[in-house]
Amino acid sequence: MMEHLKKDLVIVGGGPAGLAAAIAAWEDGIRNLVVLEREHQAGGILRQCIHNGFGLHRFGEELTGPEYAQRDIDRAKELGIPIQCDTTVLEVTEERQVTCVSEQEGLQIIDAGAVILSMGCRERPRGALGTPGTRCSGVFTAGTAQKFVNLEGYMPGKRVVILGSGDIGLIMARRMTLQGAKVLACVELMPFSSGLNRNIVQCLEDYNIPLYLSHTVTKIEGRDRLTGIEVSEVGPDRRPIPGTQMHFDCDTLLLSVGLLPENELTRGANVTISPVTSGAEVEDTLQTDRPGIFACGNVLHVHDLVDFVSEESFRAGHAAAAFVRGNLPKAETVRVSDGEGVRGVVPQKIRKGISEEVRLMFRPAQVFKKASAVVECNGREIARKRAMIFTPGEMAVVPLKADVVAGLDGDVTVRMEVGS
Amino acid sequence: MTDLIIIGAGVVGCAVAREMSRYNLEIRVLERGHDVAEGASKANSGIVHAGYDAVPGTLKAKLNVEGAKMYPEMCRELGVPYRKNGALVLAFSEDDRGTLQKLLQQGIDNGVEELRIIEKEELRSLEPNVSEDAVCALLVPTSGITSPYEMAFALADHAAVNGVAFEMNTKVEHMAWDGDHWVLETNRGRTEARMVINCAGFDSARLHDEISSRKLHITHRRGQYYILDHPDVLPFDRTMFQCPTRMGKGILVAPTVHGNVLLGPTAEDLDDGLDTETTQEGLDAILKACRLTWPKVSVRTAVTNFSGIRAHEAGGDFVIGPVEGAGKAWEAAGLESPGLSAAPAVGKMLAEMVAASEHLEKKAEFRAPIPRPRPFNEMTREEQKAAIEKDPKMGVVICRCEVVTEAEIRAAIRRPVGATSVDGVKRRTRAGMGRCQGGFCSPRVVEILSEELGKPMTEIQKGSEGSWLLCGTISEAMGGQEA
Repeated sequence: MMEHLKKDLVIVGGGPAGLAAAIAAWEDGIRNLVVLEREHQAGGILRQCIHNGFGLHRFGEELTGPEYAQRDIDRAKELGIPIQCDTTVLEVTEERQVTCVSEQEGLQIIDAGAVILSMGCRERPRGALGTPGTRCSGVFTAGTAQKFVNLEGYMPGKRVVILGSGDIGLIMARRMTLQGAKVLACVELMPFSSGLNRNIVQCLEDYNIPLYLSHTVTKIEGRDRLTGIEVSEVGPDRRPIPGTQMHFDCDTLLLSVGLLPENELTRGANVTISPVTSGAEVEDTLQTDRPGIFACGNVLHVHDLVDFVSEESFRAGHAAAAFVRGNLPKAETVRVSDGEGVRGVVPQKIRKGISEEVRLMFRPAQVFKKASAVVECNGREIARKRAMIFTPGEMAVVPLKADVVAGLDGDVTVRMEVGS
Repeated sequence: MTDLIIIGAGVVGCAVAREMSRYNLEIRVLERGHDVAEGASKANSGIVHAGYDAVPGTLKAKLNVEGAKMYPEMCRELGVPYRKNGALVLAFSEDDRGTLQKLLQQGIDNGVEELRIIEKEELRSLEPNVSEDAVCALLVPTSGITSPYEMAFALADHAAVNGVAFEMNTKVEHMAWDGDHWVLETNRGRTEARMVINCAGFDSARLHDEISSRKLHITHRRGQYYILDHPDVLPFDRTMFQCPTRMGKGILVAPTVHGNVLLGPTAEDLDDGLDTETTQEGLDAILKACRLTWPKVSVRTAVTNFSGIRAHEAGGDFVIGPVEGAGKAWEAAGLESPGLSAAPAVGKMLAEMVAASEHLEKKAEFRAPIPRPRPFNEMTREEQKAAIEKDPKMGVVICRCEVVTEAEIRAAIRRPVGATSVDGVKRRTRAGMGRCQGGFCSPRVVEILSEELGKPMTEIQKGSEGSWLLCGTISEAMGGQEA
């Protein structure tokens, strides 16, 4: 029988989500907690995001990724929150038993009063795309290339094509250009970019890098290192149109084709996963359907802005603290569903009979111009948000006011409506 | 002068090397690839076939059945994954039923045990995910699965422990008999040996034809595959075949020893034995054919697609033994499926032939293989705890998807025939085999390789020579200025 440690709260992952959650829980008086971080330092993916643009919403200023992370790391240090780095969590059970390993501490089993899952997300690799061709070197996910360049100080190639116009891909187009590489093109399967508009302008247009919308890579060439790729236009069914092939001589292909929440541990804990967000299904408290297990940040649903990750994670930390103290009773809930034109509303459930503001977050299924996001309960409109444009590249947020939440008497649907 | 040169370090070359290392000989293995198992051995279905589908009386039939029987014990001895998961050959029509009857009879003639034909109801109770359209099936309880490249690595390590030298990136361009020995021209210069065994896979015919009066006709037959991430529950426990065709055993759906799901292979004849591209047509064909077996098949969880080349000899059988018309040269050519299954028996057969012909003496001491440690990921919690206490680097997880530790990666590089590339680490440890395909761990693996091999990061290759990963440091890219 192995000795078990006991903690009121275990936070899995010390990126921006985990740090914010830990700070919130500590501020609510939870002292017997630990943040388990896989890497040598806390901060998560922000550590390699050395460009600026972080923190506008939360701090009202433009910070780099490491600067943003440092603010939370400093705050956590100041409070005395223990962050155990170089530690990999192997398993979280439904009963909130956390097993982790590290060089310093060996194998530890922790019985936790509550668990916050904040493991972040990963990039979709080439294999998931099914792009045919050879298996040469020179095909990297944009984030891996970013790690090589920004953290290790190495260049992964000189002539670059980027597949996918997600934010990391756009940022890397600029980064590789600034480091002397030639970025030949950015190729996007969809008729619109999935990245933030400011990144299209600042990372592609400012450097005259062409963006090919409705195109994809149809062949990868090169026996040893990548020597070239074939790009084809795709039709409305997203299948390549024969005869539209273009060829690029390049030694590097960076993939920025989507992020997937890293939910292997979550699955192991028997938490219900939404097939739409690929993250846990949660209540407005960020509690999953396993009592005392919470999820926040990119492991729950992929965000565009870290500011929103922090905001969400503060709420998760407060809720977990309440759970530890027995102040979060099991409540009846109403279901929140995706209506027309809406994908992946979070939270999926709202507790009945509360009177607190709840922020509904989701992605539009396509670009909508001059449109409204409409929230309905029992067929009755309870909230509406109008905008000139909604795009899948930017998460939409519709707040439900406390009095509206208090009045919920049935299931809720969010749908898009064109015209207003 | 070297006593014996073995050309090719595929699973067959390695099996031959290990068997020959029992004798008092100086042995070298020359491999054109950058690592062991770089040809057909790294990219096949990993099935240890029971032996029902080879024509009775052929070498294929004999060596398949013998080899398959050697697998369980050999895998235990070498620490290679193996599971006797059984197989089913599906019939979708009454014509197919006729084929099954023929396979059944063939299997009985070849000495395969426990074969029987089962009807739909039993089939569906054994494998509930199988298509409703399957009318009956041949049940093959003795069919197994293994990890083909891990088998080759383990055989190579054992041969090396017994003194065999492995020389990678060494391609034999020409060979000729010079009175009393062989002269081999390689890309790394000329070398000599008293005896040669040609196990060069798809390239074996080229070398054979240089020295033999009888010509071989080897076709490069490409097989493309999809591999899916390990699901919580395998869709099939057994290897699911369809009826064989003229081109091979047909498309299968099979679990791997690591719990992934394998779909494929196609069968396309090519001119170029190094053409391991996958194609959209090929990948589409796999999906279409697999749907027959498994209507719910989806490649949404595919971790990768790949292809391998089988060496098909026109005669249809393995070519094993002394090279006709050439003294002191032996060969194992045309080892398409069931070459992997037969490999242990091929090694034994060739070694016995050479030893008898050359009156070789066995060494006083044949050293046992270095037992391969159990993967961290397969240990119990108690074992994991103990392993980290023994070596704290066991507590450093580098590959999160497959849970591979730093200690395991360093050990793989330090093995007798150790990893020298990112792919070499991947095949020996599974680091990078998971759903993120090395996205998170590859930078760290490159660092560890750089430390262990004493080479700069920019010289670390993905696999083959020329498959570089990093072209320079940031300051070099900026013309020597700091960025």
